[in-house]
Amino acid sequence: MSAPRDTWKKPPFIANPVLRWAVILGALAYFGWVGTTMPIDWNRVAEGIGRAGRIFGGAFPPSFERSGLLIDGFLESLKIAILATAGGVLLSIPIAFMSARNVAPKPIFYLGRAIIIVARSFHPVIVAILFVKAVGFGPFAGVLTLIVYSIGFVAKMLAERIEEIDFGQVEAMRAAGAPYFSTLTYAIFPQIMPRQIGLTIYQLDSNLRASAVVGIVGAGGIGATLANAFGRYDYDFALAITMVIVGVILVSEAVSGLIRKRIQ
Amino acid sequence: MLKISDLVKRYGSGDPVLKNLDLTIEGESVVSIIGSSGAGKSTLLRCINRLVEPTSGSINLNGTELTSLRGKNLRAARRKIGMVFQGFNLVDRLTVMENVQSGRLGYISTWAAVTRRYPKEDIRRAFELMERVGIAQYANTRADQLSGGERQRVGVVRALMQDPDILLADEPTASLDPKTSEQIMGLLRDLAGELKLPVLINIHNVTEAKEYTDRIVGMRYGRIIFDDVPAQLDQEAMDQIYAGSPHADRAKDGAAA
Repeated sequence: MSAPRDTWKKPPFIANPVLRWAVILGALAYFGWVGTTMPIDWNRVAEGIGRAGRIFGGAFPPSFERSGLLIDGFLESLKIAILATAGGVLLSIPIAFMSARNVAPKPIFYLGRAIIIVARSFHPVIVAILFVKAVGFGPFAGVLTLIVYSIGFVAKMLAERIEEIDFGQVEAMRAAGAPYFSTLTYAIFPQIMPRQIGLTIYQLDSNLRASAVVGIVGAGGIGATLANAFGRYDYDFALAITMVIVGVILVSEAVSGLIRKRIQ
Repeated sequence: MLKISDLVKRYGSGDPVLKNLDLTIEGESVVSIIGSSGAGKSTLLRCINRLVEPTSGSINLNGTELTSLRGKNLRAARRKIGMVFQGFNLVDRLTVMENVQSGRLGYISTWAAVTRRYPKEDIRRAFELMERVGIAQYANTRADQLSGGERQRVGVVRALMQDPDILLADEPTASLDPKTSEQIMGLLRDLAGELKLPVLINIHNVTEAKEYTDRIVGMRYGRIIFDDVPAQLDQEAMDQIYAGSPHADRAKDGAAA
């Protein structure tokens, strides 16, 4: 009888040794190749540090002289965010029902999922560039962009919630001979309502943040004000805007977190 | 009168869950269906209101053939079949009154349902029935605030609001404690008498089946193997209904075929 073994090693993550070494060597080779072929000019990096220093030097102290512009920009961002949230959430509800496996027929389900995938696959900045081209500069392009952005998130999360409902309640309505929309409003809406409210508040918060970003490519709001300030080398004003954006986002996140916690 | 003949239900390509089953329920009798888990009791009940689609056979309720109905006609027929569920299936976040009125959804327009403008006679009927089963004081309470027995009473009132021709109860007491369970069984029996309503109850508790129902149907592996008054259910019949396992039944059936 042999003595019991006293050594043990965790089995490797990739069992096949050939494949394992191929992956490791392949990854190393790729990084080596990228490092030697990417045009990284260290002189330009050095110059950039100096330039960044000048920008930050120019930015201090932040200037709130044109606070009128700042407030107007923010009010516009807020309008964009609220309109986009309302529109996006309203459109999300039917799309979510279309995209829930347990309540939608197969072809409708695929259509709903396709809408969500398209809405999710483009970053809001890219969507904003398209809408700015289509409807011109200004907040309207921002609203359309964020509606698409809201659908991508809210419809997807809501569809997942619909797929998790207690289906017994739906069965009870069906057993009573209830028509389709009565069944939806009695058996499904009450179950998804808390999630719906939470998602709406989260999305309002998220749209406010995103509206600052899409403004930079011309879709209105505080982002447009910020882009203009940079364009005119008003770094002190730009810093003031940035500080206010950070402050507003912190406050809106705290408020939305508080509300979402209360409705659980 | 409910007349089921030659009913077959098969899921996928496997053995049928219901095998050429015949059953007739006449008058206002309270009938219980007993049998081990997997015998097909639930499937049988759900075939009647088409929550489960029968594979073949006929189900006839007061002259209406239920198996071929679709869309609007199916909904109209379902209004006349009340159902009480094991897990109650109440809408937890709605009030008791809304839950009770949801039994009328097949009768009122979607608009009236969404805006909660229920007809006066429906509200009166709801209060009558809730008074009868002792839950009238909860009309404005959310359904998830109630105890199990109270919740099942809401379930029973909801089914009765449909003004049904027959009441199906799918293990209505399986989620309840013994005492509450007897109260609900007693309530079903009494209401059946008061409303002249035939009631079909799936039940695991044989003692309750014997005490509260007029007729017992014993099922085993998709077939009815006992159908008589409770007094006739002796130990031998019980053994036939409950002995063995579904797995053994499947093996035996396979060997015979």
